[in-house]
Amino acid sequence: MRTQDTDTSSASTASSGETVTNDTASDPHLEEDPVLKVRDLKKYYPITGGLFKTKVGEVKAVDGVSFDVRRGETYAIVGESGCGKTTLGKTIARLHAPTSGTVEFDGTDISSLGERELKPIRREIQVVYQDPTSSLNPRKRIKDIVAEPLIVHDIGSKAERSERVKSLLKRVDLPVDFLYRYPNELSGGQKQRVAIARALTLNPTLLVLDEPTSALDVSVQAKVIALLEELQRDLNLSYLLITHDLSLTKNIADRIGVMYLGKFMERANAAELFRSPQNPYTEQLLSAIPIVEQSEAELKPEKIQIRGETPDPSDPPSGCSFHPRCHRAIDACSSDEPSLVDVGADHDSRCLLHGDGDDSSDT
Amino acid sequence: MGTLTSENRSEAMENRIESAKRIAYRFRQNPLSLAGLAIILGLVFIAVFAPYIARHPQDAGYMGEPAVDFANRFAEPSWEHPFGTDQAGRDILSRVIFGTRYSLVLGVFVLTFAIGIGVPVGLVAGYVGGALGTLLMRITDVFLSVPPLVLALAVAVPLQPSLRNAMIAIAIVWWPWYARLVYGEVVSVREEQFVEASRGIGASRIRIMFREILPNVLAPITVKFSLDMGYAILIGAGLGFLGLGAQPPTPEWGTMISEGRVYLPAQWWYSTFPGLAIFIAVLGFNLLGDGLRDVFDVEVK
Repeated sequence: MRTQDTDTSSASTASSGETVTNDTASDPHLEEDPVLKVRDLKKYYPITGGLFKTKVGEVKAVDGVSFDVRRGETYAIVGESGCGKTTLGKTIARLHAPTSGTVEFDGTDISSLGERELKPIRREIQVVYQDPTSSLNPRKRIKDIVAEPLIVHDIGSKAERSERVKSLLKRVDLPVDFLYRYPNELSGGQKQRVAIARALTLNPTLLVLDEPTSALDVSVQAKVIALLEELQRDLNLSYLLITHDLSLTKNIADRIGVMYLGKFMERANAAELFRSPQNPYTEQLLSAIPIVEQSEAELKPEKIQIRGETPDPSDPPSGCSFHPRCHRAIDACSSDEPSLVDVGADHDSRCLLHGDGDDSSDT
Repeated sequence: MGTLTSENRSEAMENRIESAKRIAYRFRQNPLSLAGLAIILGLVFIAVFAPYIARHPQDAGYMGEPAVDFANRFAEPSWEHPFGTDQAGRDILSRVIFGTRYSLVLGVFVLTFAIGIGVPVGLVAGYVGGALGTLLMRITDVFLSVPPLVLALAVAVPLQPSLRNAMIAIAIVWWPWYARLVYGEVVSVREEQFVEASRGIGASRIRIMFREILPNVLAPITVKFSLDMGYAILIGAGLGFLGLGAQPPTPEWGTMISEGRVYLPAQWWYSTFPGLAIFIAVLGFNLLGDGLRDVFDVEVK
């Protein structure tokens, strides 16, 4: 079933291959159409106040974000809490409707589809949430939780569903006798495996992993990550990994977008980002990763302390939104707004210090 | 389904039994709720087997009109008539026993109706929200702003006084309480991630409301059901007492009190024993409801 799905979808995208935008066409690494194309995506939340709930302002949770996720790769969105990365993930999975911009999945713009038209897309994009205690219904048995997507999409007979659920549990290394248990009878790591199994039920193409390990014990995190990597290899899944933990992305992400107050500060492939970060914010995040080995300490430049807290997203700083916390800030940073600038192959960064190089930003 | 599955199922069954035991233990920790349960089981037993328990079922109108025996009118409580007899010489104990049937049926009917209307209203108002939710909850508030008995009276008066119409009147009064309760619960459950996860799977609103959210609000509904059985019986008896419910000679408790009131204090037993029956029934449901609340609060949180 899966291969069939993939075949038809890639065939349909091949036909629309001529209409690639300049942004992706200029990408030397691109060999095939990306699974996901996000262009200038915005998600603003109105702030209402007063007697008649009139709009008094807005939070620009996601403010003009563009990137691609290629087939079978892991794209990581990294940022502090409140930077809009979770909103970005949920908007892409169409749990929220975007304010503007497009989300193209397999060549189809899903950004303005209604719930009915979205239903087939929902089979392809699934979300794994941060806290499995909250993302699994405490009143349902594991077998019903994992079979739920099959029932919603009316797939298979009862016996077939039961078989599918069993094979999914095996797939995520859970014993079959968990079928009749309730979530509160499982540990955090086991629950997250159930959540992953549920996400896999419909053979999705893209998984949005929203902090998939941060609610888990450290000892369990590595196992869940290993499972996710194995599943990606075996099922040719594409991952959109959302995390605050840059060190987590080091081994599993192919490319990384560093996000701050709703915008990308830097985008690069993972190896390059770790080797030569160009944006001061990325420098600070990298500097915050604890050093485990001596060799890492030698590689690492002097420690840069992150200053202060994330500003109020409803009232972002003028100019470069990062300037109040930036260790390289110059006077111009408080007034001039930088745009994403090419700083290398498949690598761009948003900082005034890069000069007025080619503006690769599509906005 | 192979043997593997049946083994799994039996293990899962053991888990269920284990957790049922835990609930039973917590329930037992509260002797009053056990007493409540005993009272209710007793009432149900009496209601079901009334013709076999009552010594004079014909006096309560069993298989025909209530018999009369004027020679025995106003007999004091005795071995033959433990609760005495009324103005038509009918055995009050037998009538009180049959009265259990009316009160339980009234309570179950009223609450089934109230839950049947109130729960969907609360679910829709809480989950869908928006203008529809606001409208539904404002209608609910209008009902809630009037004391239940007064509203039930207002509904019952224009109707023909009968037990059936009293039940309808009380049911109309009762559903908003369930709408309000469920609304409050849904508003908090709806923020849970599993609701969003279900949306991400493509589940319909109806499915999310009834399959995802409803199971998580069943506990407070159950507790309220038990507590409300007592109140509904009380209001039913109140309407009977005021002549708006069951009509004489129906052996309904409130109606009997009303009839006996004229003969107070000389024939004190006439009103007293039906009154005691109401007291015990209401007490039983309240004790059980309190016990369930304790059990579920621990379970839910």
